[in-house]
Amino acid sequence: MTSKPLFRVLAPLAPAVADATVQIWFNDQPLDVPGGRSVAAALLAAGVQRFRATPVTGAPRGPYCMMGACFECLVEIDGVPSRKSCLVTVQDGMRIHSQEGARDLPFDADQASPHATQENAHGR
Amino acid sequence: MRGNTAESPDVLVVGGGLVGTAVAYGLAREGAKVTVLDEGDGGFRASRGNFGLVWIQGKGYGLSPYARWSRSSAQRWPGLAAALLEDSGVDVALRQPGGFHLCFSDAELAEREKRLSTLQAELGGDYPYQLLDAKELRERLPAAGPAVIGASYTPMDGHVNPLKLLRALHQSMQQRGVTLVSSSQISRIAPEAGGFAAHGRNAVWRAPRIVLAAGLGNRALAPQVGLHAPVAPNRGQVLVSERVAPFLHYPTINVRQTDEGSVQFGDSMEEVGYNDFTTTDVLSTIARRGVRAFPLLKDVRLVRMWAALRVYSPDGFPIYEQSAQYPGAFVVTCHSGVTLAAAHALRIAPWVAGGAMPDELAAFPGGRFLASGQILSHA
Repeated sequence: MTSKPLFRVLAPLAPAVADATVQIWFNDQPLDVPGGRSVAAALLAAGVQRFRATPVTGAPRGPYCMMGACFECLVEIDGVPSRKSCLVTVQDGMRIHSQEGARDLPFDADQASPHATQENAHGR
Repeated sequence: MRGNTAESPDVLVVGGGLVGTAVAYGLAREGAKVTVLDEGDGGFRASRGNFGLVWIQGKGYGLSPYARWSRSSAQRWPGLAAALLEDSGVDVALRQPGGFHLCFSDAELAEREKRLSTLQAELGGDYPYQLLDAKELRERLPAAGPAVIGASYTPMDGHVNPLKLLRALHQSMQQRGVTLVSSSQISRIAPEAGGFAAHGRNAVWRAPRIVLAAGLGNRALAPQVGLHAPVAPNRGQVLVSERVAPFLHYPTINVRQTDEGSVQFGDSMEEVGYNDFTTTDVLSTIARRGVRAFPLLKDVRLVRMWAALRVYSPDGFPIYEQSAQYPGAFVVTCHSGVTLAAAHALRIAPWVAGGAMPDELAAFPGGRFLASGQILSHA
């Protein structure tokens, strides 16, 4: 397994469909990324390769399926651990951290930001 | 070690699940030449759906030889795990720190006391256990929630990674010369001069001895060699969470955390025939009970769920018997293929190879069901 990205950004079909840039933080570094896409796609576009470390061996991992099945793109988003970044739309101001191994317990959902509720809204 | 498939084997083992491979592995250790006939991918496989407990506490209530038998297996488990690691390089993650059965009411705790004290008396006192009140329990399991009013604990319990166990058994037995034949469902077994002929769809295998370890398939195969194994499916459903930091250092009967951090929830029992689908109502009950036990899991994500069919006899206890009509034919069937793996490899196999029958097994002939009523329990 490698964390070398399997995906690349295609040129927009027309300038009109290019999305506005949003600013996010990844591991406390500010990043300007294209909006209107998933957190995973935005991070990949910004050159991020290492999204997480596996719980068992600590090996680096990055997105593999981009459709919610493989759990390789897990990151912490606005304080909520182990989120599938390919299924969350990137938003201006998001604070994202790489998921370092297994998530901690307990996690207090009440302290998370409003972005956190987005996931439950999808019935997941 | 002999491994030449052109030679005819000493023993045929019908079934390549945890039971059949444990027996085959033990037979190979005894020096026997063994062929395992495994079903295809469409078979019901309890070995790929179980919970992974090496569990003793409470088992054998009403039939104490089962308690002794299970315990003899748990005591031999460290030896089995070490042997598998040596033969296959697979660490099955055996941990035997003891286990908890959490109670949510005084009545439940009283029932535990009755069960465990009865077993302790029947086993002549050699059956360590403790009943813990809420405060004592929290000292041992800080994550237990306020709804848990107490628990029983025994140092006899433990758990393993059950998928790694199946893989370790498959690799280890083949390492020791066992021939594995996949996709070879056996439809008919014919006793014949000098042994048995097992008929698959396109081939026939012959050996002087045969072990029926075909799980639910034993029901139809056993009568063909003068045995009786009226097993039926009992469905269990399981939920698995994402990996989380270690919080639970002991297995419990319905929630355990694996060595790799996943949390497994289970312990449902349903009689729904040959149906291994999951159902939302049972899964949500399992999840609710798990969160009631350990409230810090309430926001943990579940990543997989499945159901599998236990191989259940009418009284819930195993069936072990050599055919009186056709000596050399054995039936070995149970619903605790993980707990009993060490007994199957290290005690059943020497019996099949020609040694004395272990004493406890006198309690488990299939013939006991020919003239009795049915009692279902989580034996």
